[in-house]
Amino acid sequence: MDRPNRRVFTETLLALAKNDRRIFALASDSRGSATLNEFAATLPDQFVEVGIAEQNLVGIAAGLAKCGKIPFVCSPACFLSMRSIEQVKTDVAYSGANVRLIGISGGVSYGALGGTHHSLQDLAVMQAIPGMTVLLPADNRETALLTQELVDYPGPVYMRLGRETAPRVYEDDYRPAIGKGTELLSGFDLTIVAAGELVRSALDAGHLLRKEGISCRVVALNTLKPLDTEILLTAAKETGAILTVEEHSIYGGLGSRVAQFLGESCPVPLSVAGFPDEPLVTGSQEELFRHYRLDAAGLVERAKKLFRRKQAPRF
Amino acid sequence: MTLSELAQKALATRREVLRMIYRAGAGHIGGALSAVDLLVVLFYDIMNYRPEEPDWPMRDRFILSKGHSCEGYYVILADRGYFPREELTSFMKYQSRLMGHPHPEIPGVEIATGSLGHGLSVAVGMALAGKRDQLPYRVYCLLGDGELAEGSIWEAAMAAAHYGLDNLVCLIDCNGLQISGPTKQVMNTQPLAAKWEAFGWAVRAIDGHDLQQIRQHLNLVPFSTGRPSLVIARTVKGKGISFIENDYHWHHRVPTSEEYERAMRELAGPGRQGLEDDR
Repeated sequence: MDRPNRRVFTETLLALAKNDRRIFALASDSRGSATLNEFAATLPDQFVEVGIAEQNLVGIAAGLAKCGKIPFVCSPACFLSMRSIEQVKTDVAYSGANVRLIGISGGVSYGALGGTHHSLQDLAVMQAIPGMTVLLPADNRETALLTQELVDYPGPVYMRLGRETAPRVYEDDYRPAIGKGTELLSGFDLTIVAAGELVRSALDAGHLLRKEGISCRVVALNTLKPLDTEILLTAAKETGAILTVEEHSIYGGLGSRVAQFLGESCPVPLSVAGFPDEPLVTGSQEELFRHYRLDAAGLVERAKKLFRRKQAPRF
Repeated sequence: MTLSELAQKALATRREVLRMIYRAGAGHIGGALSAVDLLVVLFYDIMNYRPEEPDWPMRDRFILSKGHSCEGYYVILADRGYFPREELTSFMKYQSRLMGHPHPEIPGVEIATGSLGHGLSVAVGMALAGKRDQLPYRVYCLLGDGELAEGSIWEAAMAAAHYGLDNLVCLIDCNGLQISGPTKQVMNTQPLAAKWEAFGWAVRAIDGHDLQQIRQHLNLVPFSTGRPSLVIARTVKGKGISFIENDYHWHHRVPTSEEYERAMRELAGPGRQGLEDDR
């Protein structure tokens, strides 16, 4: 049964923390949104509540990390990635404090709450921090396994999780590796590259395109940084066109990063699907995906346009 | 260490601070000099640590939240043996690890500081770890009074009291001046003692250049069981050099060669000319 990734994350963390006293969970009055109530009740000595104070949240985590703890900071992605970004830069990354930053309800998870609660800049900001690993698990299985990986992973990490039920993407034998993408669907006409909880839409779009006779490859990246350049380069060479899709501003996220890499190594026709540089309409996450054509149907349309561009004579 | 030995250390530290800034043609002389006496008492008399084992888990931690005042801190770390004294000559030079603000690459430095208002939160995290692990170490954090305008300071002050961190000691280097002028005019943070007390701290105000007083009070922490301790230290920006003292224009001015020689003479100990090397 599919569940929200944030819930899978906290259950996994609690199970790990029961056997590892180094693991700490920190909240900024975000116990509810992060689903940390059971953690707080079960392991009060490994739980820290700081109240609504995101700067202090990250600074305290850095202090704990410098004293041998493995802090998992759990806070809404919109605040964690913006309000405390200087603490992330200085206290965590620059100071070499191995803090795990868990952005809860990322992207437009809080859709109808409005722009204050959308997290559409977090990937841009976090990937610009030197040494920061940026993770975007797609489904429950990937979330659980990546959470386990994080315990002894070297260096600071930002992992973004959504609020709603995450549809299943991976088979039972899948084992994610940080920094390694996965080819979910093979194809040679074009590649859709997706990250995070939009991977499902990309995969659905891939299947729909095949029915229409377009051989679509689908590549999922669980890690935005470091980028799996190998899988991207192969896709660019073998399929000749790339469509990226992300729950982020079109500036500074997956599309920008892929464009930068391919522009330098293997330029091919590229299309970047994401949220435009404007205030968004009101709606649920699903409604916003549909409105901005990030659902499977919208991606199919965009992929066809890209495919036509690929076939058109070049000047 | 005896009081007169501490005074000698303070004087030698001030001379080295002046040398470093003059040589580098950069630095924050005013705030570096105001903090020297507090640092000297902490590092030569109060704190438990092992320079030969910088990661000793039981060590007292120190965080210089006012990171721009790093010169005196570097001098003392070198003198305690964390790195060779010769390295001080590289201060702020190309590829030196002794940059203008502390960084953990420098042996003895726990955390990077320089952006103001960060240090106390990190200190709270360290003190909290000590409490949860039931380790006896203390965490000392030195703040500037201008820095107190940062909201994150008060977030951290709240949390320290909330968690009853009586293993946390905060010192405010209260020189009353910041880069743009008197702190009271730039952004008045008074009444300081009442504010921190209201936040749940045990507070004492002292003369931040009276070595005996500094030592006496730091030996009494925690001032109150179950509460973090705050020392409000009244200091003089640029302390020790008459024409630099109490002038905010000297926040990060660099002395000319004439000013340098005059300053060195003023910092000379008994029977010294002041210009010779301290080694």
